[in-house]
Amino acid sequence: MNVIETSGLGKRYGGTWALRECTVAVPAGHVAALVGPNGAGKTTLLNLAAGLAAPSAGGVTVLGGRPAGSPAALDGIGFVAQDTPMYKNLSARDMLHLTRNLNRRFDQAYAEARLGELGIPLKRRAGKLSGGQQAQLALTLALARRPRLLVLDEPMAMLDPIARHDFMALVMTAMAADGVSVVLSSHVLAELERVADYLILMSRGRVQLAGEVDDLLASHRMLTGPAAEADRYAERLMVVHARRGEAQAHLLVRAAADDPVPPGWEAHPVGLEELALAYLREPSTTALPGPARGRARSPKLASGRR
Amino acid sequence: MTALSVPAPPEEDTSLRPVPWRRMAWVTWRQHRVTLASVAVFLGALAVLLYLAGRQLRSAHAAAIAACHSASSLACPPAIIAFNGTNGFLANGFMLQAVPVLIGAFAGAPVLARELETGTFRYAWTQGFGRWRWAVAKLVPLAFVLAAAAGVFSLLLNWYYQPYFAAGNQNLSLEEMTPFSPGLFDLRGIGFAAWTLAAFAIGALAGMLIRRVVPAIAATLAAYTALAFAAGAWLRQAYLTPVVTSNLNLPGSAWIISQWWTKGGKFAFTGFPPDSLLNRFCPHGPPGPVGPFGKSKAVSIAECLTPHGYTQWTSYQPASRFWPFQWIEGGWLLALSVLLIAATVWLVRRRAA
Repeated sequence: MNVIETSGLGKRYGGTWALRECTVAVPAGHVAALVGPNGAGKTTLLNLAAGLAAPSAGGVTVLGGRPAGSPAALDGIGFVAQDTPMYKNLSARDMLHLTRNLNRRFDQAYAEARLGELGIPLKRRAGKLSGGQQAQLALTLALARRPRLLVLDEPMAMLDPIARHDFMALVMTAMAADGVSVVLSSHVLAELERVADYLILMSRGRVQLAGEVDDLLASHRMLTGPAAEADRYAERLMVVHARRGEAQAHLLVRAAADDPVPPGWEAHPVGLEELALAYLREPSTTALPGPARGRARSPKLASGRR
Repeated sequence: MTALSVPAPPEEDTSLRPVPWRRMAWVTWRQHRVTLASVAVFLGALAVLLYLAGRQLRSAHAAAIAACHSASSLACPPAIIAFNGTNGFLANGFMLQAVPVLIGAFAGAPVLARELETGTFRYAWTQGFGRWRWAVAKLVPLAFVLAAAAGVFSLLLNWYYQPYFAAGNQNLSLEEMTPFSPGLFDLRGIGFAAWTLAAFAIGALAGMLIRRVVPAIAATLAAYTALAFAAGAWLRQAYLTPVVTSNLNLPGSAWIISQWWTKGGKFAFTGFPPDSLLNRFCPHGPPGPVGPFGKSKAVSIAECLTPHGYTQWTSYQPASRFWPFQWIEGGWLLALSVLLIAATVWLVRRRAA
């Protein structure tokens, strides 16, 4: 089952496309990281998946084919929006009660226990909580709904390092205990590297790279060799990003582990951050999983756009 | 893409039953209880003042009725002046005209505007209840409660203005008082509740469209004022076809829409006779005494011109049409409010965030 599945998805605000030709499928059972610079279209994609926005083109379904925004979709998604909006004048207890009344399922005992562990007083108004506590409260509310998909938009933007750690610990516990799938966005990859096992890289409103982290790492290598030979190899290899020094060149290439290495060159495995940065520096380079699918869809996309 | 997706496993919740409506009752109450309490305090304080003022008005009225039992009584003119001076600022009703729009703007506009302004709609609209049902479950009960509160309050208004329309007022020179007078018509009967409902609906829609609380309130005040003015100035007089008569002695409670004159069956002029005509036929001014205790000036002039072949025609709405007019106005305001609230819910349902 795919927790989020889009085909040719696009969203236009006024004359500018915030998201274009987005075709991705995020399988269940992952912590999927949606990474990209500010303005890449991450929030747009998540809002579309949460049913907050309506697509200008294409379509999006969640949790195995439920149309985004439908009652069945809303029922299964716990969505924590950017900056964790909450009714500032309501107490934490009221926020629990509110969420309980607005949903079919709500695990009150879990929510109260979590807030107790976090040291968030039930009587305190949401507006008086610290940024970290607000984020934790919002996450607790989302998790107490027992969703099958947790969608977090920039959940850690306002948190200090300790709060980030606590926040992710809560997400990972829920993931392990209930098998909830997670999709979270961030413009800081470093904080996701330890937890994410699926990566969607976005820039300028397009999806650049999507796939399981292990597969992505296995299919990319860093080649280091003489700078003079770099251009010669660059034509033959699928170079994502090239960094040339005076003597040596570093080419990040798409290649299987057993592809032959040119003589005089050395191959190193790449890290997730290194890989992501290489793609983000080359916004026109895309690598989507399943080349057959990518090719098969492109004519349809093209006709659909005109 | 479909080739890649694994079909979802059969679930227990395939026939998903929606979250019951009654669950929203607590949500709406919790989030709007301060607003409702403010409205209650506002109307309550106003009711106390109005009750005290009403008692004063009644005693002044009773004194005037007693003093003017015979029209020539010397005590009568001062008693009338005293009655007219009692709460004179309330007599034309214009100050109380602001009450429905204040309630509607301050209670209606923030319902959606605050959610959109603070971003909390991203929480509320992604809960399992569903966003359009959420909007219905907030707007409909609030509209109902506010209209009901205004309805109860209008009973007091009705009571307050009763002396102006009481029987036996003909001696008090109150013949200008018609139940259709622009400041009073919609304070009495069902008009007050209907206008409050309409103000709330305008506020809700403005909040959804403008997405900011303060501008939405301002827009509501402006739109409501325009609508109320249009209703008073143009719409109301056309609810039913006016009665046309050449009778000069219309009751003071009649709402005169227009007057014109004919001579020999042909249209002569509208409104007040031109000076040339008056100088020719009534050079010595209107015959007989004019003023509170005699014939009105208009009647005197008519009597002076009639022998010369002129006939005065008057189109008017008789006071007996007060309730039909109330129902007509209440009806179209209710329809308008339903339409505006439906439009708001439709916008919530389709508007992209």
